Amino acid sequence: MRFGSGPDILRRVACEFRSGEIASLVGPSGCGKTTLLRVLAGLQPVTSGTVDIQPPANATKGEIAFVFQQPNLLPWRSAIDNVMLSLQLSQKQTSRSEARELAARELELMELPEAAFDRYPRQLSGGMKMRVSLARALVTRPSVLLMDEPFAALDDLSRTALGDLLLRRWDERPFTGVLVTHNIAEAALLSHRVFVLRQGQIAEPIIDDLPRPRDEFVKTSAAFGQLYAKISSALRSDILQSQR
Amino acid sequence: MVWQIVVWAGDLPPILLPSPWAVAVSAWETRIDLYHGFRVTGAAALAGFLLSILIGTAMAAVMSQSVVLRLAMYPYVILLQTVPIVAIAPLLVIWSGYEFRTVVLVTVIISLFPIVNGVTEGLLAIPQDRLDLFRLYGASRWQTLWRLRIPAAVQYLMVAAKTSAGLAVIGAIVAEFFVGTGGANYSGLGTLITGWQKMGRTAPLMAALCMSTLLGVTMFVSVQLVSRTVLKRWMTQE
Repeated sequence: MRFGSGPDILRRVACEFRSGEIASLVGPSGCGKTTLLRVLAGLQPVTSGTVDIQPPANATKGEIAFVFQQPNLLPWRSAIDNVMLSLQLSQKQTSRSEARELAARELELMELPEAAFDRYPRQLSGGMKMRVSLARALVTRPSVLLMDEPFAALDDLSRTALGDLLLRRWDERPFTGVLVTHNIAEAALLSHRVFVLRQGQIAEPIIDDLPRPRDEFVKTSAAFGQLYAKISSALRSDILQSQR
Repeated sequence: MVWQIVVWAGDLPPILLPSPWAVAVSAWETRIDLYHGFRVTGAAALAGFLLSILIGTAMAAVMSQSVVLRLAMYPYVILLQTVPIVAIAPLLVIWSGYEFRTVVLVTVIISLFPIVNGVTEGLLAIPQDRLDLFRLYGASRWQTLWRLRIPAAVQYLMVAAKTSAGLAVIGAIVAEFFVGTGGANYSGLGTLITGWQKMGRTAPLMAALCMSTLLGVTMFVSVQLVSRTVLKRWMTQE
């Protein structure tokens, strides 16, 4: 995978994201994490190779959803209208009232106060905007959810709350998730497996077998500390290699 | 104040520079003509301005669809901007007659360019993430235009409309300079200005000038008002 005549961004990437699991992609800036995610979403054509999604999922039907680094909400649409957008685009047979009902339910699940449903993005906090963005992705009930550092711009409290919310949503209806993140704790807490991307190549995944639910007990456990250290050391060795 | 002092101190003849008071008196005396002129010119400017928004937005929508279309249409759009309106107005009068529609036509020509240019820019200046979102869900060209590009371009349209509103008044008055001289029953502010200029009546001429300015300001403020009320939700881009 490369852009124009530039160097390869991704090289011999062969990896399998298991159905119904959340996988995290970690790696230093510029290693190709976002590019890989865009390739999976079909937003970026590959120079060579294929992406095989089993069971097949079609983004145009809302079966693949993407959460961007920024909430990426349309400023002229209210929170609920932004959530309805993905239904309006991907499930054209859904009536407006039906779409509104589904969007309202999704926003409730995302714990957005009802009073904020009809507010415009400029009237929402960063955390609220990201809840709307997640709701927009999940309202079509996708089987694949691709997330590009969705919580990077949030404060620690909102980041934790949204991570917990994401896990709860996964518990209710498991989907295949791929999460790009720079945050090791986030990768350890939200994933089943963690992939370290090294200079356009992907390493063997680190199995994340922390017990579920990932509550405060898990977050403060020795097992969590060991997993954190394992991911951190895999990342560090990658960074050291790239500096040599 | 400065104006009055200049008149007193310079002891200027009223035909050259009447005092503000003389202009005010003259405005009162010719109020019926001025009111009628304001309405006629205002109607022509408004019609031309609204038409330029419609035509300009449609042209921009077409131009935003492909580079080829943009390259094909842009030279003509630039021609609209560069053509000296004073020079082609007499020609348009010959073709279209000493009519209200000719004034509207000149107004459209002069106020169209900012709209086409501004709206095209707005339709194309869409953040990549938003385009990706629409691409991901397989949005059609029409859906992307209607649900993404046009709402995003409203802000650009309103900025362009503020420029166009002023130009529309200028276009209407310039056209009336020519239309009004044909003996037709047409009496806009431009017609009044040329008529009073020929008669050497500077005071009512200046009153008509003030009315023209008032018309321009009214158009500008109206656009501003619409953008802050009816179109408010489209005016914030994050």
